[in-house]
Amino acid sequence: MTLPAAEVGSKTRWGVVIFPGSNCDKDALDAVGRICGQDAQPIWHRETGFDDFDAVILPGGFSYGDYLRAGSIARFAPIMDKIIAFANAGGLVVGICNGFQVLTETGLLPGALTRNRDLRFICREVYLRVERIDTPFTSRCCVGQVLCIPIAHNEGSFYLPPDQLGELEANRQVVFRYCDTAGNVTDEANPNGSLNNIAGIVNRAGNVLGMMPHPERRTDPLLGNPDGATIFRSMIDYIRRN
Amino acid sequence: MKARVSVRLKPAILDPQGKTVQRSLQQLGYDEVKSVRIGKLIELEIETSGGKDYRQRAQELSDKLLANPLMETFEIEYEDDAAGG
Repeated sequence: MTLPAAEVGSKTRWGVVIFPGSNCDKDALDAVGRICGQDAQPIWHRETGFDDFDAVILPGGFSYGDYLRAGSIARFAPIMDKIIAFANAGGLVVGICNGFQVLTETGLLPGALTRNRDLRFICREVYLRVERIDTPFTSRCCVGQVLCIPIAHNEGSFYLPPDQLGELEANRQVVFRYCDTAGNVTDEANPNGSLNNIAGIVNRAGNVLGMMPHPERRTDPLLGNPDGATIFRSMIDYIRRN
Repeated sequence: MKARVSVRLKPAILDPQGKTVQRSLQQLGYDEVKSVRIGKLIELEIETSGGKDYRQRAQELSDKLLANPLMETFEIEYEDDAAGG
């Protein structure tokens, strides 16, 4: 058996932030550590620094109970200044679900995640169309590829005022859109009412990704569909190249 | 000093919660209710003897944490305003 390229060579180093109320941190550590064979360490929210990580994950969950607004309190956690500095220095940061909400509250990514259109917590698989492959997160995908990855959220409806949304699209910052199995971006395929079916975006520089779906939950081949691992393996490739 | 911060969704933001309540009111026969928007009321108890400009600080903390300026607006009402001095 030949190992995928990502598993060959020295291990890349990953940090996974744990806020009180995070509940996908173990899954993220497992996805990167056990499945992708990398060095993955937890980062407690009260830390104020870390060294030598190649990438940082803000995991899903309900940080600080999601009181006030999802992600709003975590934004002021002691570790966040370091995360912001790391991102501004070009470090790879992925915010998944609650982590995406934290990134928008922080201002590292534009927009806000509001209540789902039909007011229900939605936990199911969705299809995502890959809009860009020239990012550190999607280099192992093909343009227009459809990934099947689950969502599990109550506040996932992406919002931006119209002028800023136009700017986001013009800058090609949308990386994933909700679609049907054939890759058509339709209103029926939009689970939560996100504008333009947006499921994941990057910052202008392209080193910070926020997405509502949970790639870490689709990495183990035992579960049948390792689409989520494609994102982490793309990142490993990127880190090795740079 | 008590301050009440009312946080409201901006008009352009979809409020599915308000919409659901409005539909429910219609089912109950209150069809004169044409729109419902749901916000938050946050009450603060503020120590004012420290010599800080508490109004300016209340404004600042609301902008920083209590409301998300992208999708919400806020108004602050102070207890002494209500007393109408």
